[in-house]
Amino acid sequence: MKILIVDDFSTMRRIIKNLLRDLGFTNTQEADDGSTALPMLRSGDFDFLVTDWNMPGMTGIDLLKEVRADAKLASLPVLMVTAEAKRDQIIEAAQAGVNGYVVKPFTAQVLKEKIDKIFERVNG
Amino acid sequence: MANASLRPDDEQFIAKLEDSAKQLVDVLQNQEYKTASKIIHELIEARDKHIFNSVGQLTRALHTAIVNFNVDADVSTNPPEIKNSEISDASDRLHYVLSLTQAAADKTMDKVEAVAPIAMNLGQEAQRLQDEWSKLKRREMTKEQFKALVLRIDEFLEQMGDGTTQLNKSLQDIILEQGFQDLTGQALKKVIELVTDVERELVDLMRIAGQVEVVTGLANEDTPEGAKREYSSQGEGPAMHADKRDDVVSGQDDVDDLLSSLGF
Repeated sequence: MKILIVDDFSTMRRIIKNLLRDLGFTNTQEADDGSTALPMLRSGDFDFLVTDWNMPGMTGIDLLKEVRADAKLASLPVLMVTAEAKRDQIIEAAQAGVNGYVVKPFTAQVLKEKIDKIFERVNG
Repeated sequence: MANASLRPDDEQFIAKLEDSAKQLVDVLQNQEYKTASKIIHELIEARDKHIFNSVGQLTRALHTAIVNFNVDADVSTNPPEIKNSEISDASDRLHYVLSLTQAAADKTMDKVEAVAPIAMNLGQEAQRLQDEWSKLKRREMTKEQFKALVLRIDEFLEQMGDGTTQLNKSLQDIILEQGFQDLTGQALKKVIELVTDVERELVDLMRIAGQVEVVTGLANEDTPEGAKREYSSQGEGPAMHADKRDDVVSGQDDVDDLLSSLGF
């Protein structure tokens, strides 16, 4: 299981990376915005994408839309982990095809729950 | 607005207007055209003087308001070159907050990552020793096994001593690292003060602009629509006063409810 973590704050990338490691996912890579993440996704064989929304360069929502529009990446499971909490934004992310939405600040428990749920659905 | 912002100067001018109007009606009824002409002339002078005074006052107020922004800029260049301002000082402070919080978060995580294996190893060894200990209590242990157990316990106690010393040190370091809160707090308070000041100066400028409109008769009846903020796809970061707003979720449970209502 190869996972890409996209967040402009290295602290948050590290937190998510540590939580994922505790959950048994040790093969992770990092990117600091959508425009660096997209080429990595296109050239690497990632199984899962965890992304923030608000980032300089390409935002998480635009990254999600690019991923869904790319024939090779369209079915990649995407979890959004973000401080963006407007109802309209959550609806937009859902319509863009996000697989899970976690608002910051979050707990290890919530992150685990959402990831489990995504893979249950993907594998089921 | 015009009536609300009457200054003594305006009142004086209006009083003069009313006075002159009455006099003018009187002299005209008496067909004293020379006097009437003189009154009209005085009236024009009074109006000019009033406008001159008003413009002078506004210019002074404008100057004060701009000086209060404390911007040291070379306006002869285009765009003006800002040498020094409280705004750029505030930016520096915010960058300082950013780097300090980042450093504190990194150091804290470094410390935790460094000592987490110690705690985990001690826990695991304690569990294994407990299993052996139970065997001993059930008298299921040979003399050789017992000797080995004594050695392991010796070793464990030593590890325990060293390990907890390291853990304690790291915990203390982590506490000290929280000092960033004090420093960033002071920097942020300064910035909050500046934002409040700038807001007040801007309101002053708006008031002056309003008076310019009154004096010049350019009063604009169309009040601009209150800046209504839509979210942009750029995102806007954590929502403030989330508990008092309907358009933002109040937590993960709210997100889950919203998503399940959308069929997730």
